[in-house]
Amino acid sequence: MKKMITRRQFMAAAGVVAAASALTACGGSSASTAASSAAGSTAGSAAASGSTIKVGVLGPMTGDVSVYGLAVINGASLYMKQVNADGGVNGKQLEIITMDEQGDATQAVTCFTKMCDQGITALVGDVTTTPTLAVAAESADYNMPMVTASATAEAVTYDAETDTVNANVFRATFTDPFQGIKMADYAYKKLGYTKAAVIFLKGADYNEGLAENFVTEFESLGGTVVDQESYSEGDVDFKTQLTTILGKGPEVVFCPNYYQDVGQILAQAESVGLNVPFLGGDGWDGLEGYATADQLKDAYFCANYAKGSNPDFENAYKAEYGEEYPNGFAPLGYDAAMTVVYGIKAAEEQGLEAGSDEYKQAVIDAIAGGTIEGITGTFTFDEHHNPVKQTAILCFDGATPVLKEMF
Amino acid sequence: MTVFFSQLINGLSLGSIYALIALGYSMVYGIILLLNFAHGDVIMVGAYMSWFVMNQLGLGPVTAVCATIITCTLLGVVIEKIAYTPLRSAPRISLLITAIGVSFFLEYTAELILGSGAKVIPAYYTNQTFHLGKVPLGLTSIITLVVTVLSMLVLTFLVQKTKLGKAMRAVSEDMDAARLMGINVNSTISFTFAVGSALAGIGSVLYCCSYPQATPTMGSMLGLKAFVAAVLGGIGSIPGAMIGGIAIGLCECFVSAIGLSAWKDAVTFAILIIVLLVKPTGFLGRKVQEKV
Repeated sequence: MKKMITRRQFMAAAGVVAAASALTACGGSSASTAASSAAGSTAGSAAASGSTIKVGVLGPMTGDVSVYGLAVINGASLYMKQVNADGGVNGKQLEIITMDEQGDATQAVTCFTKMCDQGITALVGDVTTTPTLAVAAESADYNMPMVTASATAEAVTYDAETDTVNANVFRATFTDPFQGIKMADYAYKKLGYTKAAVIFLKGADYNEGLAENFVTEFESLGGTVVDQESYSEGDVDFKTQLTTILGKGPEVVFCPNYYQDVGQILAQAESVGLNVPFLGGDGWDGLEGYATADQLKDAYFCANYAKGSNPDFENAYKAEYGEEYPNGFAPLGYDAAMTVVYGIKAAEEQGLEAGSDEYKQAVIDAIAGGTIEGITGTFTFDEHHNPVKQTAILCFDGATPVLKEMF
Repeated sequence: MTVFFSQLINGLSLGSIYALIALGYSMVYGIILLLNFAHGDVIMVGAYMSWFVMNQLGLGPVTAVCATIITCTLLGVVIEKIAYTPLRSAPRISLLITAIGVSFFLEYTAELILGSGAKVIPAYYTNQTFHLGKVPLGLTSIITLVVTVLSMLVLTFLVQKTKLGKAMRAVSEDMDAARLMGINVNSTISFTFAVGSALAGIGSVLYCCSYPQATPTMGSMLGLKAFVAAVLGGIGSIPGAMIGGIAIGLCECFVSAIGLSAWKDAVTFAILIIVLLVKPTGFLGRKVQEKV
């Protein structure tokens, strides 16, 4: 520690601004296991320290959505700690700068600018859609490489109105439309269903996005969607819709809703005599305990990550944080960090200076053209900076979800 | 046509549950002119009781049903004793606000203790589907309809033919005169709450048969719908509550069935407004003597 201070004092002489910002990590924590041996050689460089590569990790650590934020941040930090333990990137350690945006878009932008002042060279974040949109807009000015683990809205990476891609922004999660399309493909091509019905919550982007894209894809494949039923927020009676569906005689029902509603729907489907298999999206994560084995016979849903599919990650998470990984956001955080580090490796190989404009551009270019072998699947990025990857298809062993296959 | 009859049955069984809950509203309103907004939350407590007995204690469904009905009955009486009795002579607005307060108290206490996530209530029995011609008829629907009709008959007998029923009718007509005639007004009011809450307990069990999840706020919309049913049928009237409940249940089902599920609640409340404009006392709310 003493050596670090000495180095910073030395830097203060060379570049006052850099030193000041490095010492005042306000609103967040700065974790680094920087190898002090590397300090001497590049200590003279200005904006970013030569011995460490600073990576920002932004997300809600307190507040309503902290359950997602903490999972992403822990997952991302876990990967970077592992990289550091293996000797870092190009002999340099990653310095993780974590900040809490409390689930608020304004706060997120403030945190982001602070991070930029502290000289980050890439960002893992944000977590939920609204703050991510705000940070994405701000990050364009800095051309800051930014990988969100979990924001699913299309507008994060691509503005459909002006047909422009946010060049510096990527995401690790699949998008809502992607899930609908994947499940339609799976139902038609793999399971051989040709007549499907849909029941979804009206007025919610997630549910509508999945349902619409399922219908479009399923019909374009040659299948028939015999009925589309919807319901409103807070409804508990689905018997009417399910009876209508029953009357249309589908072979399968796509139900892209969250698990509590799905539990009600499955129970009521059974009671009105609608005994066809159901399919769902990642909102089914958590369904365990809400539906019986009978109701879940031949049911499938897709998810970014299937529990148990990567024991190394799950054990490492438990060893680091003393608890099971809480939800699918943690593996996505891990993969988002992996994506960022992938870009940084490429920039380091070109011998560029961390924090410089060329460095950032090199990171972005590398990610855009790269292939990342993540724990949620191996993925590349399409022209809208969305990951092209396989999704985990889960089925049920009794009432417990298990990985069926990658699709 | 098969679908039409299936939807009719769905509507009837949903309406029956509304009717049972509406009865509790109606009886309490009839006797002390109080809109007991905590009534819906009594159902919520009952649902959690079923969950607790079957899921946590691992006891059988019969115990759960008994425990649920007894809990609801006692809770209704306790609420009346603690919250409403001290306000017997207060302005009616104070009573109404107290009722809303009790409602929030129950909801947030449940949320504090049990969390906001839904608890799954184990099935009371194995559901079976019978066929009436081509129309599938679930055991749950049959039980719901039969239990509701039986409850209604028992209640009518209780109110019309027994001494207690006579006392209830007397108190609802004129509390002071009833007291002068030697009727114990306090115990009669408590008894009314007990009967209304027992019906809520039965409603709670039937509700959980059809919709097996308990959440802290499940009672609020359910209570509101039942209140609409009671007003629609003529608040204070027993057959009125039944008719109002069934009408709302059928209306909701058929609005959803023609593909307007998003408009379901809007249509229900619009009907209420129209009925009240045309007939302010509701379907059967005219005769004062019918009041309980």
